[in-house]
Amino acid sequence: MSRLLSDKHNPGTCLIQSVTGDLAPRLLEMGITPGSTIEIIRTAPLGFPVEIKIRGYSLSLREEEARCIELES
Amino acid sequence: MLIERALNIALVGNPNTGKTTIFNGLTGLRQKIANYPGITVERKSGAAKIGHYKHLIIDLPGTYSLNSKKLDERVTYETLTGEFEHEETPDLVLIIVDSSNLDRNLYLVTQVMDLGIPTMIILNMQDVAVGKGIYINPDEMEEKLGVPVLSISAKNKRGIDEIKRAIENQQFSIPSPLKWQPIEPLKKAIELVIDKWIRPYTDLPEKAYIIEALKLISNTVSPVSIEFEGIEHNEIRRSVVSKAHSIIEQSGGNPVAIEVMNRYDFINECTSKSVARSSTDKKTLTDRIDSITTHKILGPISFVLILLLMFQSIFTWATPFMDMIDLLFINTGNWLAANLPPGLLTDLLVEGVIAGLGGVIIFLPQIIVLFFFISILEGSGYMARAAFVMDGFMSRIGLHGRSVVPLISGFACAIPGIMATRNIENWRDRIITIMVLPFMACSARLPVYALLIAAFIPPTTVIGFLDLQGLTFFGLYFFGIIMAVLSALVMNKFLIKGKQSPFLMELPDYKMPKWSAVFHNVFDRGRIFVTEAGRIIIAISIILWFLASFPKTDIPESQPLSDNANIASSFSPQINPDAYQLKHSFAGKFGSFIEPAIEPLGFDWKIGIGLITSFAAREVMVGTLNTIYSIEGEHGEVATLKQKLINDVDTDTGKPVYSIATALSLMVFFALAMQCMSTIAIVRRETNSWKWPLIMLGYMTALAYICSFITYQTVRLL
Repeated sequence: MSRLLSDKHNPGTCLIQSVTGDLAPRLLEMGITPGSTIEIIRTAPLGFPVEIKIRGYSLSLREEEARCIELES
Repeated sequence: MLIERALNIALVGNPNTGKTTIFNGLTGLRQKIANYPGITVERKSGAAKIGHYKHLIIDLPGTYSLNSKKLDERVTYETLTGEFEHEETPDLVLIIVDSSNLDRNLYLVTQVMDLGIPTMIILNMQDVAVGKGIYINPDEMEEKLGVPVLSISAKNKRGIDEIKRAIENQQFSIPSPLKWQPIEPLKKAIELVIDKWIRPYTDLPEKAYIIEALKLISNTVSPVSIEFEGIEHNEIRRSVVSKAHSIIEQSGGNPVAIEVMNRYDFINECTSKSVARSSTDKKTLTDRIDSITTHKILGPISFVLILLLMFQSIFTWATPFMDMIDLLFINTGNWLAANLPPGLLTDLLVEGVIAGLGGVIIFLPQIIVLFFFISILEGSGYMARAAFVMDGFMSRIGLHGRSVVPLISGFACAIPGIMATRNIENWRDRIITIMVLPFMACSARLPVYALLIAAFIPPTTVIGFLDLQGLTFFGLYFFGIIMAVLSALVMNKFLIKGKQSPFLMELPDYKMPKWSAVFHNVFDRGRIFVTEAGRIIIAISIILWFLASFPKTDIPESQPLSDNANIASSFSPQINPDAYQLKHSFAGKFGSFIEPAIEPLGFDWKIGIGLITSFAAREVMVGTLNTIYSIEGEHGEVATLKQKLINDVDTDTGKPVYSIATALSLMVFFALAMQCMSTIAIVRRETNSWKWPLIMLGYMTALAYICSFITYQTVRLL
């Protein structure tokens, strides 16, 4: 079973299963690669963007970007 | 072998790596900032005297990748490969790496190394890395990467000296391409694309071959941006690329991801040898600050508090200086007028040049104070948090979280607000922010609002402490915001093309802002405004002076006294020569000429003149009305002007010129119209073309006309 980062809001650590869609190249380059660990830190007041930690740095993603990231559960 | 000449040295690196600090450290104040020709990316360069030579240092835009469609990141890539016109290719690349954030920074390093340009890697922010429990062995890393690695902290001068010494000793080498060891199928695919397509059919520089091949391979969705002539060539390219894809797919790889994953695998291998990490589980300072500044409720509250502080400071710090500057220029003008022989040249100097210069300098205090704050917010890392907190609201109207601070700065003055939009990365978000920003009720509108409200809105109490005057004031501010939001929505939906690019914003660790960097930024922005926008502003004020002063009218010896005391006395040549001259000038004639056009808004020719002259700046309206209504020696004396306005009677109908409908209509017009040449000038500078300022002028004036028309006609009926 897998789900998208855009569906999951609770803080915690997850493994990235795949990165797909139009925005994938950019996300991959930022180090969001399949198999790496992502930590969900928090969401902004209206639900998005979501702040994540990847490869030791913090990044904020809008909903359409979070939708490209599939997590292992 | 040493190169015995001055070098072109390019600084490359991710955003937030301290690249600018290194640039400032190397070049000092000997910097040149200009736009790249034809585009809106700023080009920073400066000279650094190292040893016997004065090297040219170019600070290229911060970038995460060379494979980017974003304009500023493309500038970096194209400058490095020599594809960018007018630019010389660098002799040496310094790649600045944030040591506390190695993985993602090394990604760019592996890409730059593929270009085969002499390279030196600078591991910056050592102290931060150590604080995070990251210990790097530069020698190990140097061995793995095959290019010199220098480990420094640019915060202190010693770090800069070490860089200088390394440049003097020419501690750099040409990296071997594909150092990141692509797996066999990918390597084959790269070679195929280069041999069968890039080399025979394109005129790309050899440096760019590998990156270009990888761009073609990883891009499976949209066609490549470079347009090639001839369908035949496109066919060849497509067949070569699809062959490359099948090589990768046959080995079970994904063409989109394989390169990136391969590079990151290499980076992992590299850091596993050269980096020791001690795990620190304790909450960092950044985490603790973030738990407040990005909190769902406390975040927006702290944002509002910071803004309040900023505005209070503008009033406390900038306003006295603005008053001083104002006074200084008025006195200088008066003194010159009194001491120079009267004549055209003196007039031009006093009313054109000095007034124009004053109109430029007067903005400096606000620009300095606002950029002082903006530089601190940006340098400390808070700006990204503000954008994070506000993005949910802003994305709903098609803007970016980073648009908030520039927009709110617009309440003080549109000029620093527009200059601050440089921090919005996406061009489309940026242009929409610029285009709607002048709707924010800036401080120059205040005197006009104050005059008209005091004169025509009765201070009737509405509820509690609120009266009609206060409510009108609030209404005008609110009206500006609503129009900005609506305009942004419309532009976003229909007018300005292009996709919103990914948001993907890094939230860098908090750090103490570097005061020298704050100073540099404030200094740069002030200088850019004065030198680049200033020229346009002075030119326009000379034109406006000309329009208001010519043709010269001889004041007749005597004139029969008119029956209508009020109007006649204002414009009788003996009593008020200034008003008489203004009425017969080009501006006056134009005011009369446009009267039929502005009559449906409830304006007469006197207001028409004011609308023309107030293009210099909105508050000039008050001064012009002063001149017309001849309140000599009592500049800005609102009460007197107020009475004159109330008493002004139309000579034909005998009714007051200013009804409440006219007053409201005029306020609406001032809320919306683009009456500020300085804004026009700075939009020209920031967008690097006349297109956007002219569109702005057109659409804001049209909107002002329509809304004033509606206001006047509606209120008159009521």
